[in-house]
Amino acid sequence: MSISLDEVRHVAKLARLELDETEILSLQGELNALLGHFADIQGIDVSGVAPTSHAVSLQNVWSEDAVGPCLPREKALKNSAMSKAGLFVVPQIIED
Amino acid sequence: MSNFVASVGMEVHAELNTQSKMFCRCPVSFGGEPNTRVCPICMGLPGTLPVPNRKAIELVLKTALALNCTIAMHSIFHRKNYFYPDLPKGYQVSQYGDTNPLGYDGYLEIPGPDGETKRVKIRRVHLEEDTGKLMHLPSGGSGVDYNRAGVPLMEIVTEFPPDITTPDEAKDYLTQLRQTLLYLGVCDGKMEEGSLRCEPNISVRIEGTDKYGTKTELKNLNSFRSVQMGVQFEVRRQIAVIEGGGTVAQETRGWNEQKEASYLMRIKEAENDYRYFPDPDLVPMCFDDEYIESLRATLPELPLAKLRRYENDLGLSTYDAGVIAADLNRVEFFEAAMELGGDPKAVCNWLTGDFAKLLNDQGLMPRESKITAAHIVELTKLIADNTISGKTAKDVFAKAFKDGRMPSEIVKESGATQISDDSVIRNLILDVLNANPEAVTKYKSGQMNVKGFLVGQVMRSSGGRANPEMVQKIVSEELEK
Repeated sequence: MSISLDEVRHVAKLARLELDETEILSLQGELNALLGHFADIQGIDVSGVAPTSHAVSLQNVWSEDAVGPCLPREKALKNSAMSKAGLFVVPQIIED
Repeated sequence: MSNFVASVGMEVHAELNTQSKMFCRCPVSFGGEPNTRVCPICMGLPGTLPVPNRKAIELVLKTALALNCTIAMHSIFHRKNYFYPDLPKGYQVSQYGDTNPLGYDGYLEIPGPDGETKRVKIRRVHLEEDTGKLMHLPSGGSGVDYNRAGVPLMEIVTEFPPDITTPDEAKDYLTQLRQTLLYLGVCDGKMEEGSLRCEPNISVRIEGTDKYGTKTELKNLNSFRSVQMGVQFEVRRQIAVIEGGGTVAQETRGWNEQKEASYLMRIKEAENDYRYFPDPDLVPMCFDDEYIESLRATLPELPLAKLRRYENDLGLSTYDAGVIAADLNRVEFFEAAMELGGDPKAVCNWLTGDFAKLLNDQGLMPRESKITAAHIVELTKLIADNTISGKTAKDVFAKAFKDGRMPSEIVKESGATQISDDSVIRNLILDVLNANPEAVTKYKSGQMNVKGFLVGQVMRSSGGRANPEMVQKIVSEELEK
């Protein structure tokens, strides 16, 4: 299994990364090396082993439905690039 | 011209009735000053850890059970990754997979127009979190409010191929689903406030072909009417495109309520590549049969079952049963009246007639008014035993609505009791006959219709209190003498 240059470009676009051609080439190599490791793992016989989604053996960690404190709005907005009337301001979104 | 058939899939989002958000304990409520119900977790700040809301999980499980789903005894949360300013973390926590959603492979039955029941298969009922709200700023740019970000959201999706084939069925499905959610108390169902949102996807194909057409998804539908009209519009639009030699594009369209038309929002591209993966911050949920059965035991009688019971056991018409069952406030009132020994049909008539009208005029909920089930039951009994006429009852009810006094008290005080004493009525009638000799002569010469006039005169002379049936009967007796 290997990854094409176009796939690297696609993944970069999804991640909102601006990459030049040199970076794309070098990332292709790195990603393919990673995929190589996965290929090794895929070679292991795991029939009869239940799939796992977590490394820790915890389950059913939850909280009761009770209201707790919020951030004061000044603090919530403090790190925003721009805010107005209590709103975070972002470049105009056309739809929705 | 070919015959087209439509297929409508329904994707419904319901905000859950919890006090706090899905993964943090910020309060959940509609409106409020922007960004006042936020914290580092729901704003996706680095270094925070989400903790699921147990109540939200329970509400989704209850819904899944009510919708006849299989429950995922082992279920996990995934991250759905995309960039949009209303999504502070860069991903939405959701549930991916066929058998991973808390509920899957269920169905909802909807009452059809012909008394039949139609079954709509449901593919999945899963739990996720709501996004923030974007608003256009007049000065340019968009404003973001994260009060809604992280509110527990349940998604209910119908099975493909869809069972729904008409705009009416789409509306009926949504109606029945909303009622079910309200009965379960899991969502407040306010479409206009967006706590219940419906996004149908619509395709058409030529009848007899088995290949489904390209789907379009419809957004911004904020009432039952707009769902019905929107689906109708899309079906017609797509047929027109195909008949005009074109092809339907896979796209998301918005509904313009004013223009009653859909418009193109965006073409769906392959970039909807969400790269779902298990959320490493959230550990699996595992349930046992005992827990699931204990939840099942808390399910109330559901709307359709109630409707059928009112029909079959209480003898209400399908229409009346539906009107009562559609509204939990009415249900509560109606059932309290039944416990007090009220007659189903008579109580139903008051609930859906005069009472509904007065409530509506004043913008009140039944329990906010001074009328209780006991008032209505007493009133129907006063009519049934001929103490008052139906006409008097309307006045008595209006008075009771105003001051909350019991109907019997009002009747006693006003002397408005119905006259059912044979000799009293007969005397009234004899007075009227003596005062109208020409009418009596006409009757005897075969003009039977003057009887109505005479009955009217008797009712008037009694101030409307004479028992109408007795008046009819005794007038006939006296005229035939």
